[in-house]
Amino acid sequence: MIIVGELINASRKAIREAIESGDDAYIKEVARDQDQAGATYIDANAGIFVGEEGKYMKWLIELIQSVSEKPVAIDSPDPKVIEEALGLCRVTPMLNSISLEKDRWEKLLPIVAANNELKVVALCMSDAGMPTTCEDRLKIADRLIEGLTAKGVKAENIHVDPLVQPLGTDHKFGLEFMESVRAIAERFPGVHFMCGLSNISYGLPARKFLNRIFMAQAIVCGLDGAIVNPLDKGMMAAIAAAETLAGKDKSSIRYLRAYRQGLIEA
Amino acid sequence: MAVKDVYQAVLDYDEDGIAALVEKELAAGTDVNELLQAGLISAMDEVGKLFSEGELYVPEMLLAAQTMKVGLEILKPKLKDGGAGAASVVVIGTVKGDLHDIGKNLVGMMLEGGGFEVHDLGVDVDSKDFVAAVKKHNASILGLSALLTTTMPAMEETVKTLREAGLDKVKIMIGGAPVTQAFADKIGADGYSEDAPGAVELARGLNK
Repeated sequence: MIIVGELINASRKAIREAIESGDDAYIKEVARDQDQAGATYIDANAGIFVGEEGKYMKWLIELIQSVSEKPVAIDSPDPKVIEEALGLCRVTPMLNSISLEKDRWEKLLPIVAANNELKVVALCMSDAGMPTTCEDRLKIADRLIEGLTAKGVKAENIHVDPLVQPLGTDHKFGLEFMESVRAIAERFPGVHFMCGLSNISYGLPARKFLNRIFMAQAIVCGLDGAIVNPLDKGMMAAIAAAETLAGKDKSSIRYLRAYRQGLIEA
Repeated sequence: MAVKDVYQAVLDYDEDGIAALVEKELAAGTDVNELLQAGLISAMDEVGKLFSEGELYVPEMLLAAQTMKVGLEILKPKLKDGGAGAASVVVIGTVKGDLHDIGKNLVGMMLEGGGFEVHDLGVDVDSKDFVAAVKKHNASILGLSALLTTTMPAMEETVKTLREAGLDKVKIMIGGAPVTQAFADKIGADGYSEDAPGAVELARGLNK
């Protein structure tokens, strides 16, 4: 499972305050904790600081890299911010994210084309709005993947985000998402996934519980990447259990490791 | 007190049964306006209150709103016939560059449940289109939604465009995850609400 640690995001109060007060120790601590908890990438987002996003993004990336060898996920829609951030990254980062929205597509495609090894999250969203059905998502994924591969991006560097929609507003939204994961994995071999999953439980109680079960089900359907809080032990346990149950964990080695780390509680 | 049955049908999400109850009341000669106010609207007020208190959740609020709407559709033509209770008009939409619609849709449904006439312009709406719709529908309130920090400036732009068009009496209310009361004050909006039932209260207050 490719796990992007989501915590260093300025829309979270603690991070916003750390950025505003220049508290580098706190950023480093959050980066280190996520690394040790099993994050594959460490996300960096300074999007709320309009006009100063680039400056803070650089600051965040430098701090993350000072304590972690893990690659960064550059979480910004701004081409200037992304270009500057790319120059700082020691390990090939992930770009979060390009989409079919005309403006975003046109601004970010040249960057992706010029940095062929970049991992890129391809968000299933277009100017026509947000997809709700499996069919909607397939159509958008098709155009995203075709457009990216036409620019020389390898399938294995593309992470499709099928876009999770809240179950509370339509009882089929969980199912449609999972079916689209299955369909995209089947139609585009080699392509990976990435998604923020917690939107599924918007408007419902006991969200963490639902999020974990949904994660496990989506993994069985083929989901192999997610942006989560790696410090959420219950979520990490659900991922380890789901992967071993889905036949993706030979000899259950990772499950057993998670158990020994104390993540799994019976 | 059979208006109470209509009220209860909304709280019980009785989407299939409410039409018959409303028809029965109309046949018995119950005042249309009373059915609307004491039956449908006060039921949605109760739903909104329970939601804000954390007793009800989003799918339940939606189901109640759908149930209410079944009843409302029966009453609507009769309300116009009688000329009673002209609803005040709200135009809503998500601002330019932003495609999020879930919160905005909830607000729209609750406003309708609260007795407002709602014109929903959808997502990614240009400021000029907001102004045109406000004029066309003679709206007293404009509701703007934004879910991205990057589209919050489009809210400010829309407020400006509306004011420049000389529509000073139209009240503007805003909402969305990154939006705050402080931001509403800053851009000169008339109000902010953090949830859909709150938006109904706010709209009623702004109309006074």
